[in-house]
This record gives sequence, C-alpha cells and structure tokens, in this order.
Amino acid sequence: MLHRLSSSVSALGAQVIDMVLRLGYATRFMLLTLRQSTTCLMRPSLIVRELYYTGTLSMVIILVSGLFVGMVLALQGYQTLVTYGSESVLGVLVALSLVRELGPVIAALLFASRAGSAMTAEIGLMKATEQLAAMEMMAVDPIARVVAPRFWAGLLSMPLLAALFSAMGIFGGYIVGVVLIGVDEGSFWSQMQSAVDVREDILNGVIKSVVFGIAITWIALFEGYDAPPTAEGVSGATTRTVVTSSLAVLGLDFILTSFMFRGV
Amino acid sequence: MASKNLIEIKDVSFSYGKRLILSGINMTIAQGQVVALMGISGSGKTTLLRLIGGVMRPTSGEVWVNGVCTNDLDQAGLYQLRRQMGMLFQFGALFTDLSVFDNVAFQLREHTQLPEAMIRDLVMMKLHAVGLRGAHQLMPAALSGGMARRVALARAIALDPMLMLYDEPFTGLDPISLGAIAQLVRQFNDTLGTTSLLVTHDVAEALDVVDDVYYLADGKMLAHGSPQAMRAHTNPVVRQFVYGEIDGPVAAQYPVGDFATALKLRKQCAA
Repeated sequence: MLHRLSSSVSALGAQVIDMVLRLGYATRFMLLTLRQSTTCLMRPSLIVRELYYTGTLSMVIILVSGLFVGMVLALQGYQTLVTYGSESVLGVLVALSLVRELGPVIAALLFASRAGSAMTAEIGLMKATEQLAAMEMMAVDPIARVVAPRFWAGLLSMPLLAALFSAMGIFGGYIVGVVLIGVDEGSFWSQMQSAVDVREDILNGVIKSVVFGIAITWIALFEGYDAPPTAEGVSGATTRTVVTSSLAVLGLDFILTSFMFRGV
Repeated sequence: MASKNLIEIKDVSFSYGKRLILSGINMTIAQGQVVALMGISGSGKTTLLRLIGGVMRPTSGEVWVNGVCTNDLDQAGLYQLRRQMGMLFQFGALFTDLSVFDNVAFQLREHTQLPEAMIRDLVMMKLHAVGLRGAHQLMPAALSGGMARRVALARAIALDPMLMLYDEPFTGLDPISLGAIAQLVRQFNDTLGTTSLLVTHDVAEALDVVDDVYYLADGKMLAHGSPQAMRAHTNPVVRQFVYGEIDGPVAAQYPVGDFATALKLRKQCAA
C-alpha cells in the first residue's frame, strides 16, 4: 500500500518536473525566436509570405463565423431586450459583445484550429523530413528563417482577423436586427456609436487579440519544433496545439478581462 | 607530395547518456579523395557524419575539419565552416514549399548578394549538371525518388563546397538512378576539386567510385583500406558485409532466448 502510494507520488512529481522543464524550454525557444527576428524584420518578404498562409487563408472561416455569430447574437439579444422594451439598444449589445469579448476570443479559437494547427504540422513535418536539419547544414538558422517569420505573421494577423470577425458580426447583427426583424436603423447605429468607446472597448479588444496571437503562435511553433519526428509525433503535437492554445486563450481572456473591465 | 588531410578524427568517442555509440575512432581523409564509411545499420556511421558536420559534439576526442577543431566552435563558427560544406540527406530533404529552382537557389540567395540573373544562370548550370534543367519549375512532390536526390545534390553543390557529406545517397533508388548518383558523386568530386565522404551500405556501387573505405562495426573502426583491399579482407565480419552473406558472425536476428522454451515446449516434452 505504502509502496503504491510512494510510486504514485513519484510519478506525479516526475510529471510536474517534466512540465516545468518543458515550460522552461518553451520560454527559451521564445526568447531565441525574438533574438533571431532581425533576419525576417530586415527581409519583410518572409513575413508577407507567412501573412498570406496564416492570415489571408484564415479569412474565409473568420468572416463566415463572424457573420453567423453576429446573426445569432442579434436574434438572442432581441428576444431578451424586447421583453423590457429596449430593442433599440440591440446594436450596442451586438457591438460590445463582439468587440470586447466574442470577436477576439472566437477569432482566436478559430485561428488556433486553422492556422495554429497548420503551423505545427508544417514545422513538425519539416523536422521529420530533415528539412530543418538540411537548413542547419546549409548554415541557415531554422529559427531565424522558418520560426521567426511565422511568429510575426501570427502576431500581426490575429488582431486583423479579430477586427474582421467583429465587423462581420456587426453586419450580421444588422441584417437580422434591422433588415429582418425591423429594429429602427437609426437607433441601431447611433446607440452603438455613442456606447462603444474607442479606448475602453476597441483598444482593449485589440490588446486581447494581440496577446492571444502571441500565445497561439508561440504554442504552435514550439509544438511543431519540439515534435518527435514521426507521424504519431506530429499528429500528437498538432492536437496539443489546438487543445493548449484554446485553453490558453480562455484562461488569458479571463485574466485580461478582470484587469480591463474592473470598474465597469 | 602527399595531399593535406581535410578531415582528421582523433580518438573520438560519443555516447547518448550511458549508451556508447562510437569508441576510440581515428580517421583521416585527404583532400580530393572520395571515401566511403561503411557498416551495418546501427554501427554509428551517421553519428560520425553528424560529428563531422558539427551537428553533434563528441563526448571525448577531437574532430578537425580543414584545420579547424569543431569541438569548441560556437554557432557562428560552425555556420562559417558549414558554408564550405554540402550535405546530401538520405531522402533529399528538399524544401517542399519551394520549386526545384528555388531549392537550388536557396543557399545562393541566403549567403550571397548575387543578382537574380546570375543566380538563375548558376542554378541552371547546377541543374544541367545533374540532368534536370528541364525540371526547374517542378515542385518536389512531382519528382521521383531519384530525381529528388539529384536535385538535392545540385542544391548541395550550389556554393561549390570543399567537403561533400553523403548520408546513404543510394537508399531506395532504382538501379539506373543509383548508377547515375554514384557517377555524379565521383564526377563532382573530380571536377569541383571537392572531398567527399559517403556513408553507405551499398557495397557494389560505393566500391566502384571511392578511393578509400572505412568499416565501422559496433561503434569501433574495424577495417580501413582501398576498395580492392576491402574486397580481399580476411576479417569475417568485413567479408560477410562486402559479399552480403547471410551466415557469418553478424546475426540477422535480434538477440532473444530459445523459442521452444518461450513456447513452453521443452517442459511439455520433458513431461
């Protein structure tokens, strides 16, 4: 009995040590990426190419999801607001929900599943097929040439995608609320304009999406670079990217929200 | 006058944790030679190649490449040395997101300030040398195994390296591609004035094109000599390898206990 308890505690301890080591390794990887970023910052074409893969190719899923989320928000919001005769603030409800919360968070979750998983799989496969080793042998640092451009592209794409998501969501809310249900168009836009604050709401949303972009891209790149060079290893790393970055986004969202909107 | 040694390996040992991979290896490769490093799978050939390329550091001993001891080089020093090396990986390791042309142009764009027109001419010359000038627009996914290996060879020689490292260059190739790669290895070595080290276990092709052979077994250097000497070697391990004999000191089966005992047949027979 005592022996089983001791082995369970030791297994748990080993897992904790492994986790701390991995976190340290990931932090070192991040610092190395930042240090090696000069190459891609001097050659913006490397970042532009990755912006296409991470940002442009994620646009369809972001725009379509944003439209539907905005439409659902307007439907649900109207059902509640009409009870209190406050349907004129439907625009405010849709806009604030999207700009403060749903835009950055849902866009980040979608970004993690589309672009994050693709980054992990690509880098993991490059490692498995010795492309990263070949680059090293050609005296080209893979962190500077492969990892850093993807990191900056992810960091730049995320706020833009979140903004597009929110804009599309507001448009979806307008279609359902104003065009289909018949809420007054003037009050929909004017209430929204007066209630949404650039600094309190939009800037905080942008800050959130930048933080999410850093977290997702960091996790995705590290998982790909650290993936065992086998089919199973790459698939496991891709799954870990989606799971870890989704949890990180939700956890970070709570922390950021508690700091940003304390007084509201 | 004897030519200078481009590679000198002095009493090198290497281990992964407690597992000893290489032990007391000594080896010299003279400039301009094509040398084969042979041995069965798991004998430590690729590890030795990686030590020469500076990918790994020896546990003890020294690795000298072109008069530079690689043991204590930092990343900048290693990269400086690697600019003078080319490496052909087992399956080519072509960058799958770049075309054949861009793969060969990769090092030229990364390490030189040459104008694009000159890069184009150089790339076409390298591709022509491996017989694939017409394939410059293709993506790696559209190439056969032999073609991919030849593109990788063109990429490896893009900067006219002083040392070429080949990691199992003949693996998985059809006889025609295999012969073509073997001839290209020799031809590039002679025309570019390179020195080449081939890690391989394709005996027939390698012995036809190399000047010197080292044979590794269980992490130790078991034999060294010319291709003719290796063919006439009296050591049973070397003979078994060179002539591909099934019976010999090297067992094909992984060490295991008696099968009849494992199936509990002995006990039943005794009963």
